[in-house]
Amino acid sequence: MSTAADLSHDKLEQRSFPARLWSWRYIVLRRLVQLGILMLFFGTAHWAWEYPAKTPLLTGNLSASEFIGMVPMADPFATLQIFLTGHVLQGKVILGSAIVLGFYLLLGGRVFCAWVCPVNMVTDLAGWLRARLPIPAMFHVNRNIRYFVLAASLVLSALTGLAAFEWVSPVGMMHREIIFGFGAGIMALAAIFLFDLLILKNGWCGHLCPLGAFWSLVGRTAQVRVRYDKDSCTHCGECAKVCPEPQVLNLKHLERTGVVDSGECSNCGRCTPLCPEGSLAFDLRLLIRKPGADKSVSARRTK
Amino acid sequence: MAELNVARREFLVKAAQGTSLAVTGGLLWAYLVRQEAKAQPYALRPPGALAEKDFNAACIKCGECVNVCPPDILKLAPAGGDLPIGTPFFTPRIGACVMCPDIPCVKACPTGALSPQLTDINQAHMGLAVIDIENCLSWKGLRCEICHRDCPLKGKAITLETDPRGLSKHAVFRPIVNSDYCTGCGICEKACPTAEPAIRILPHALVQGKIGEHYRLGWTFDTEITQDFKPSDKAPETPPEPSGKPAGVDYLNEGGL
Repeated sequence: MSTAADLSHDKLEQRSFPARLWSWRYIVLRRLVQLGILMLFFGTAHWAWEYPAKTPLLTGNLSASEFIGMVPMADPFATLQIFLTGHVLQGKVILGSAIVLGFYLLLGGRVFCAWVCPVNMVTDLAGWLRARLPIPAMFHVNRNIRYFVLAASLVLSALTGLAAFEWVSPVGMMHREIIFGFGAGIMALAAIFLFDLLILKNGWCGHLCPLGAFWSLVGRTAQVRVRYDKDSCTHCGECAKVCPEPQVLNLKHLERTGVVDSGECSNCGRCTPLCPEGSLAFDLRLLIRKPGADKSVSARRTK
Repeated sequence: MAELNVARREFLVKAAQGTSLAVTGGLLWAYLVRQEAKAQPYALRPPGALAEKDFNAACIKCGECVNVCPPDILKLAPAGGDLPIGTPFFTPRIGACVMCPDIPCVKACPTGALSPQLTDINQAHMGLAVIDIENCLSWKGLRCEICHRDCPLKGKAITLETDPRGLSKHAVFRPIVNSDYCTGCGICEKACPTAEPAIRILPHALVQGKIGEHYRLGWTFDTEITQDFKPSDKAPETPPEPSGKPAGVDYLNEGGL
């Protein structure tokens, strides 16, 4: 006898080709955004892109940048590390950090990871390959170790007087080297690729990266989130199979909250188009009703 | 009770394991970072850069200075190179600082690693020009002086001293660098025509000595006099008595030195 979950699996198998293509919309969008941002930096650095005239379009890189000569942006985690070295920060980098922080507070901290960070393209490729190759798990590592790495980068920044993660960050290396010229950073990326492919599944982004940990903490209050509808869900588990952070899709937890509220969710949009029942979808948190709340009077919506 | 002890033992072992992992990892990480930061002391920084240690702490490695540099001489050090990773530097022999009066690189710096206190580019101290007098054409007696002619602060940062050239009628024009004025822009190093530059820019710390405060140069006018003699109000201006000898023979007593 086939269960509801089996029927969901079948639905997924029987999708038409256009439906399959359409289910890739977020991954295509993410690549466009990631490459587009890189392109803006690269074009400004190498082809002197300007807007308005005589003003560089987007200078710098993901550590700190300036858009159309007016909007400063800065990596709040890097700024925090520099602050801890004892350097007196300038207004521009503080304002830039506040702008970026505000943006991700609303959109979801790890939106940076899935939509902006260039290393994501490397680790996604490793993850995609790994899912198709018979590579057994070597060992299990607690995903919370990233928060210890985060704490360590802050402590070491204070102790060494140097922004500890910025000096070894593969994220920084990759972005810098694409924009400003290649060096041995490419080796660091190769190491991450092999680590993710052969040693630990989702090893870098999902276990170690302190920048991801930082954005996970920021993302807890995010307003753009994946809504969960427990009535239509058949517990087929397809979402958790494609999710790089499957612990955020703990269905028991989701049944209570009605929303993927973990900061570790990167809003990557793998699960939402895949869900055969449409139980997962992007929504604004303010509009998401808590399960069990009276459907005619949504406490939040009518406030 | 026994169970409790086992649980406690397990907890203690776990705690010890966790701590040693954290300490080992932390030490390794700190070592890496510090090694990288002191990779080598030859980095020439953009104008206004803080002292190397503070600069390394403050620089966010964004490359905004690189983007706005009009002659495009700045580079960010790549990973695995000789210089601290991700930080901006320039190589004068390839591209010298043109000393823009509005100092766009300093304005672009978001963190203050390039200090906004530098408002006059002539006050920059990116490095110090040093002359290899054994291989300098001018010091050899040839008429070169390209460094002097190209120096943005010529007559101040680089001056020419003349000297009779042995048996020849011509003089030697020797370029001399004055560290008070030299900004370290590197235009001299770029312009130097020798196969390897005979004048080059080095960080101050590598070449500059320091006299020490206990030495007093009693004959300079700005030195505080602590001994019980005072200089006369004005230096004697009466020319020395003519010695009756042909000009030049008694030059030590003729004044003018």
